Amino acid sequence: MTDTTPDPDGTTDEEIRRLRWQCRRGMLELDHLLMPFLDQGYRDLDPRGRAEFVTLLAQQDQDLSDWFMSRRVHEDPRLHELIRHIVAVVAAQHP
Amino acid sequence: MSIPTRHFDALIIGAGGAGLNAALQLATADIHVAVVSKVFPTRSHTVAAQGGVNAALANVLPDNWHWHMFDTVKGSDYLGDQDAIEFMCREAIPTVYELEHAGVPFSRLDNGKIYQRPFGGQSQDFGGDQAARTCAAADRTGHAILHTLYQQNIRAKTHFFDEFFALDLVRDKEGIICGALVLEIETGEPLLIEATAILLATGGCGQIFRTTSNAHINTGDGCAMTLRAGVPLMDMEFYQFHPTGIAGKGMLITEGVRGEGGFLVNKDGERFMERYAPRAKDLASRDVVARSIVTEVKEGRGAGENGDYIYLKLEHLGADVIEKRLPGIRESSRIFAGADPVREPIPVFPTAHYQMGGIPTDRFGRVVIPAKFGAEEVISGLYAAGECACASVHGANRLGGNSLLDILVFGRLAGKDIIEYVRANPHRRETDPVSLEQAMARLTRWDRTGEGVPAHQLRAEFRKCMEDHAGVFRTEEVMAEGYQKLSELRERFKEARLGDQSKVFNTARIEALELENLIDVGLAVAVSALHRKESRGAHSRPDYPKRDDVNWMKHSLYYRDGDRMDYKRVRTKPLTVESFPPAERTY
Repeated sequence: MTDTTPDPDGTTDEEIRRLRWQCRRGMLELDHLLMPFLDQGYRDLDPRGRAEFVTLLAQQDQDLSDWFMSRRVHEDPRLHELIRHIVAVVAAQHP
Repeated sequence: MSIPTRHFDALIIGAGGAGLNAALQLATADIHVAVVSKVFPTRSHTVAAQGGVNAALANVLPDNWHWHMFDTVKGSDYLGDQDAIEFMCREAIPTVYELEHAGVPFSRLDNGKIYQRPFGGQSQDFGGDQAARTCAAADRTGHAILHTLYQQNIRAKTHFFDEFFALDLVRDKEGIICGALVLEIETGEPLLIEATAILLATGGCGQIFRTTSNAHINTGDGCAMTLRAGVPLMDMEFYQFHPTGIAGKGMLITEGVRGEGGFLVNKDGERFMERYAPRAKDLASRDVVARSIVTEVKEGRGAGENGDYIYLKLEHLGADVIEKRLPGIRESSRIFAGADPVREPIPVFPTAHYQMGGIPTDRFGRVVIPAKFGAEEVISGLYAAGECACASVHGANRLGGNSLLDILVFGRLAGKDIIEYVRANPHRRETDPVSLEQAMARLTRWDRTGEGVPAHQLRAEFRKCMEDHAGVFRTEEVMAEGYQKLSELRERFKEARLGDQSKVFNTARIEALELENLIDVGLAVAVSALHRKESRGAHSRPDYPKRDDVNWMKHSLYYRDGDRMDYKRVRTKPLTVESFPPAERTY
């Protein structure tokens, strides 16, 4: 498969690699949420969910940290739902 | 070799607090400055600093910079350079006011002055009552500073190369460092950036250890580039560990948990701290708690499948107390350890937190090396600031609130010194093709295919080895064995290969380049620690339990070439006041 050939789920390696670098953040907590989710949850999202994930990656680290750690609630219900979904996917990895 | 080239007066590598504060000084003075950052600038690790900045403003309690200086010298276990420390404590005050004027939203008192909170290690009147010296912007000080500096840099027209990875420094035909070869991560194409002055501000190297509170970006890139340029790293054995990080992940679990009544147990449920510190128990000093945890694990009393962590219990505090006083801890433990501390203990292990050593500089951020004769000499045009640099103001141990201060003061002063340097050296230097070729070789080696161990496989092995052999438990036997293993790993890395030679966003290639940096910097830590035969500050050796001022009150210098050590004297003479002579450090 080449970089631009999509998987059956519509993603390409290049897209995943591009997003992987966006998952590199200034806080360890965010690294441990965003990168595992990219590997284990992103491909299961529908196109709208993927677009929302990209929107989330464009947010500031401190805000992301507040939302993920439940210090604040994102005002957009769909993004709030995605944030809780990411937390659930990552937390479910523990034995 | 034809590589696209850009020219600037000043090149800054790293866009955290140090790099951005330096860039702002330069851009404001109409110096043509570029900042290279491997991630978007506001995703630098400064964003994670929540505590605050120390400055003797005396807004809450009486204070002055001389008391701040005393605390910092004492905190450093007398290894900090007293001229640099005096300079930092004096400069703290204008630095904080400059940030206030730039727009950092510091928390306020009712009278409008900047609020200051007390932190550990702060005193009034040279070791007297608790001082209140830390200025904070609520619990998001790092974020506030980083954003303010970034916005001000945009306004001042600093040129940003976002998502570019610095490969190596390059020199002209006279051997003067004149730029850096960088890699555009998106395209995988190299770019040569030539500049009159170069500032390394790449942050710490916490990723050398398996368990660290540092973000994944903290891979010691600037320190490794410096080593490869033949410059030694200073005092690298001094690495600050926090005793309780989430096992296998590294996120900090604050001491407040034990302060509220939480305690540590081994796999048998024993409160082992009673054996190591019968009086203070779980509230013993950080290094004692960290070493006790590692000893339990080493002696087979660790919990979990691999017996490689111990438990922090706080169920007995009750859900109300945990929810009310430790809400962040509950959420963090649930997400990253899969344990709700209301019902079950948190698996913890010491986590690597802060690098006290680094690239040796003077108090103007200029990189210095030992001279053949007389005093040390400045490397023309090369600067370093922030956690990657060693001025040296933290010595063997850093005080809370002094790390943000360090990056801001020395970033600012390096910027100011670069302005003068650039104006005094207006001519442009051209990169020697031989030097460029050497830098390119760092990149092209990953184009090789064929047999070889996959690079990513060595990463986990290396970090575990560092944790086991150069972490908190440091005896001759443990460290000598570690040096052997690390040396072998360094050799195996030379034959490592990548499975993917593509260019666009090849993150595996970036991670391989980072691993090379980690190995170089890790060896600096391991070798420096092996050689220092005393216990001082964060460097704690059970086989040499005392501080030895007669033989070891000196700075370490590690050279990559031959893993060679050298030493230089501690600058005990301040700029304008009397020296603080070494004394027993009690609190």
